[in-house]
Amino acid sequence: MSSESEEKLKTAQQEEYHNLVNRIKPKPPVLKNCLWAFVVGGLICVIGQLILNYLISMGINKVDAGSLTAIIMIFMGALFTGIGVYDDLGQKAGAGSIVPITGFANAIVASAMEFKREGYIFGVGARIFSIAGPTLVFGFVASVLIGLIKLAFR
Amino acid sequence: MVALKKMGLQTLVFAEPPYIASWASMVGPKEGEGPWAKDFDWIMEDYLFAEASWEKAESKMLRETVKLALSKMKLEPKDAELLLAGDLLNQIISSSFAAREVSIPFLGLYGACSTMAESLLIGSMLVDGGFFERVVTAASSHHYTAERQFRFPTEQGVQKVPSSQWTATAAGALVLQKAGVGPRVTYATVGKVIDMGQTDAANMGAAMAPAAADTIKTHFQDTGRVPDYYDLIVTGDLGAVGMALAGELFVKEGLVPSPNYSDCGVLLYDGLQGVDSGGSGCGCSGCMLAGPLLRKIKSGEINRLLFVATGALMSPTSSFQGESIPGIAHAVAIENI
Amino acid sequence: MSIIMAFLIGGCICVIGQLAMDLTKPGITPGHILVGYITIGAFLSALGLYQPLIDLGGAGATIPLSGFGHSLAQGAIAGVQEKGILGAFTGGVSATAGGITAAIVFGYLAAVLFNPKD
Repeated sequence: MSSESEEKLKTAQQEEYHNLVNRIKPKPPVLKNCLWAFVVGGLICVIGQLILNYLISMGINKVDAGSLTAIIMIFMGALFTGIGVYDDLGQKAGAGSIVPITGFANAIVASAMEFKREGYIFGVGARIFSIAGPTLVFGFVASVLIGLIKLAFR
Repeated sequence: MVALKKMGLQTLVFAEPPYIASWASMVGPKEGEGPWAKDFDWIMEDYLFAEASWEKAESKMLRETVKLALSKMKLEPKDAELLLAGDLLNQIISSSFAAREVSIPFLGLYGACSTMAESLLIGSMLVDGGFFERVVTAASSHHYTAERQFRFPTEQGVQKVPSSQWTATAAGALVLQKAGVGPRVTYATVGKVIDMGQTDAANMGAAMAPAAADTIKTHFQDTGRVPDYYDLIVTGDLGAVGMALAGELFVKEGLVPSPNYSDCGVLLYDGLQGVDSGGSGCGCSGCMLAGPLLRKIKSGEINRLLFVATGALMSPTSSFQGESIPGIAHAVAIENI
Repeated sequence: MSIIMAFLIGGCICVIGQLAMDLTKPGITPGHILVGYITIGAFLSALGLYQPLIDLGGAGATIPLSGFGHSLAQGAIAGVQEKGILGAFTGGVSATAGGITAAIVFGYLAAVLFNPKD
């Protein structure tokens, strides 16, 4: 057999196996997951809204109140990760606890804590960005791109 | 030239089958809550095992299991001539650091989760070959050291999918001897690396099942034995998903999936322990062999066991580079003869 | 009223992420979700499509990470209008400096104070 037809046979076998795997693999409970994500994600946003409303009622301007709300939410995400409950929530809530800014805090704190035993500089200090780093990279690049595009079409 | 101790394509025949003279197993708290608690020699109270890190705990676990297996024969580490061991961590640090403490001449192995079978078959070759009288073979895994190396930080909120598996916190050690009493290692089939293009790290059973089926098929071809010859054929850590896939592949290969087939990953936990598809890791097959399975062989409940530990040979680097997950499986026949 | 809208909009935004994890190809991790949300949020915001969502859902649209992307985009746009090309570089991070600094500082502090649990 030529190496080309061998290659073809291999691909066909892989494809056949892939179909078998897809047939047998249990599917995630999408409806249940979505319901959890909706409720938990919604509730986290409600907490944010309550904080925002309170800050605005204290006479803080809207922009600063928004920033403060983000900071408070990040603090809570960090705290609940630290005391070890955010990962349990994530197991149930999925995207409901990943998408809110508390999930961003969770990614940062979980990475930082995990590498404490490798020291505070190259353990915590470096690894703190292992998951949040890409997020900031893409966010910053997008923001500068948007700024430059606005500049060009001003 | 034909190799004297080889049969067929990939199977080794031990002329003087080595004895499994002693064995020991140690598991973590979760495994200790499973159905086999009374079969393990030691159940850790927590995952740190009085050490400063999970990595140190895993190494201690492996070390203590080796010592325990020897002490059951009233022996000390210095009485063993060779330690063959492996684990899942980078540079197999659990094994190397355990070997540092017990000070037994050491050969480190990496076969991912197939390491228990790999160490057992190499150990048997060395004993049957007359190079050593007494060899200790061992393997370990730890849930949290594996999680942080292969997956996510432990405190990150990640939703597991139903095909995912739970890396067992467990270690198993066996003492192989030229002379003695007990079950004996009669045949071993060295597996090929098989890759069917699976890339889903949350479905390792699917990546390893083809390797298990290939090795088992080759074992029967090489030896002329039939599946019914064995009281139990047990794969290492395919989990429920991989086991179902292996069953389909057996039918395709013309091997009837008789009721005597099972999987350590499925057996180790009971369904309510939240492990999704089942257990995985070197320790999963290691503790099942060096616990319940050898106990049953000793009692005569099982007389002929085909132990097929399975491994997924990928790393985080290969996964990030888009490589698929290659699987491997080695089969070892353990019999009361 | 703002509470109910925050719940509904926030919940819906999260469900989109859940569908992305469950229905697209395997191996979508939280890291991918976070990157996707911040990037898509920023570009939707630049196109003027995110502000209406905030007007409707308040914190329901700002608390999800797409809202963070929105702040980055709006910061850059405001920066450009104020300082030209320099603003494109400083605007986004200035607008989100509080959140980013908080995440790093609280993250570090939490690592000092807590250990990962079993």
